[in-house]
Amino acid sequence: MKIGVLAVQGDIREHAASVEKLGHNTVLVRDARYLDELDGLIMPGGESTTMTILMKRFGLWDKLKSLIEHGMPVYGTCAGLVLLSKRVTNYPDQPTLGVLDVEVERNAYGSQTESFEARLRIPILETEISAFFIRSPIVRSSSMKVEVLAKYGGTSVLVRQGNVLASTFHPELTDDLQVHQLFLESISLRRQGAKA
Amino acid sequence: MEQKGTWTVKKGFAEMFKNGVIMDVTTPEQARIAQEAGAVAVMALERVPADIRKEGGVARMASIKLIKEIVAAVSIPVMAKVRIGHVAEAKILESLGVDFVDESEVLTPADDKYHIDKHDFKVPFVCGARNLGEAARRIAEGAAMIRTKGEAGTGNVVEAVRHMRTVNEEIRRLRNMSDAELVTFGKEIGAPVEILSQIRELGRLPVVNFAAGGIATPADAALMMMLGCDGVFVGSGIFKSKAPETMARAIVNGVLYYDNPEKLVEICEDVSEAMPGLDVGSLETRLQERGN
Repeated sequence: MKIGVLAVQGDIREHAASVEKLGHNTVLVRDARYLDELDGLIMPGGESTTMTILMKRFGLWDKLKSLIEHGMPVYGTCAGLVLLSKRVTNYPDQPTLGVLDVEVERNAYGSQTESFEARLRIPILETEISAFFIRSPIVRSSSMKVEVLAKYGGTSVLVRQGNVLASTFHPELTDDLQVHQLFLESISLRRQGAKA
Repeated sequence: MEQKGTWTVKKGFAEMFKNGVIMDVTTPEQARIAQEAGAVAVMALERVPADIRKEGGVARMASIKLIKEIVAAVSIPVMAKVRIGHVAEAKILESLGVDFVDESEVLTPADDKYHIDKHDFKVPFVCGARNLGEAARRIAEGAAMIRTKGEAGTGNVVEAVRHMRTVNEEIRRLRNMSDAELVTFGKEIGAPVEILSQIRELGRLPVVNFAAGGIATPADAALMMMLGCDGVFVGSGIFKSKAPETMARAIVNGVLYYDNPEKLVEICEDVSEAMPGLDVGSLETRLQERGN
């Protein structure tokens, strides 16, 4: 498969490395025309304000929104999740793609000194991983359409809604590829479903 | 069990800045301008390096009041500088909840012998380096991010280029060294062997490496990215230029499209006058020589 990594800003290299370790090709996407040829897209961690400004400035925003609405598989981590969400509760003027039916609070744990790592159980994968929460958002509410795949401290940290997968933590900072694998497998499954 | 301030939490945060521009700001208004231009973080300080150079005197950590105002003004992370070796200033910034600390040669050093033991902090640190030995020593002390020292406040990119090229060249040499050669090389450049082994294996520093010190135009920023920097700090280059908003935006764009000359033409077309520059040869004070 050909997996794009949104490459305007953030930990692009780490996501690309995770996907390549799983045996797939990656495309670094800075230009809207590369969006068409992808089997799926990863939106990395970084600064959501910066990523939004650059995506709008260089014509990626509307096209990406439309492709996701039409079913393109996407996985967003941390800032990626903020961009996918419906609304940012503490910065209500911040634009979002609105393709994931959740409301998030940005930097909800506090400044960087409150960032942490913790063991996280992911029932759907029947596993426990090291999860890194770095100036992470917290999902404050989500609609019935959103499937909660993992929780930490009483809030959803890994969620899925159709073709959209998102985590508030950063699996790309570890060697553990299970969450990326979940994303890639869901692309194959959706394709088989579409054919059948 | 939650663990805060671990090595991966600190180093991982720096990874999130990649392909980004971090801008020096001295007021909340400047911080907002930086954020709107697309900065990934702002550096809060009382005076930009060009003014520190001009006015002289002892340059210290910014006032708490100013840092708090800047934190309140933006949603992006806020960094602040401490004097080299000034553990107390660093503890104060950590307690205040600053997101990143720059132990910086731009401020007047507080300790002429030792840097801060940065492992002792939950807040991550960035430090300047002119060569691989300095970079490795700072990483050994716990720096989660490295930047070139360049020559701050000059608007002259030549020193930043020299520092990045030096690190690149030393890493290339290191790549081909045997274990025995590595030990001797470590002795020569004053770098811990464990850190050098890691660098040899990765083919790059084990932490994010940004450009800093003299970047004044989008083309300067693109040049540093071409040399392999992960992102760029801009100090005086933005708010000492004729049209700071335009310059800030153009430098952000220049980092994004550093390898696309056609886009760079459009980006450079937007900017008017950059800050006035200084010839490094004529300087009385070379900030880069502080802390080694």
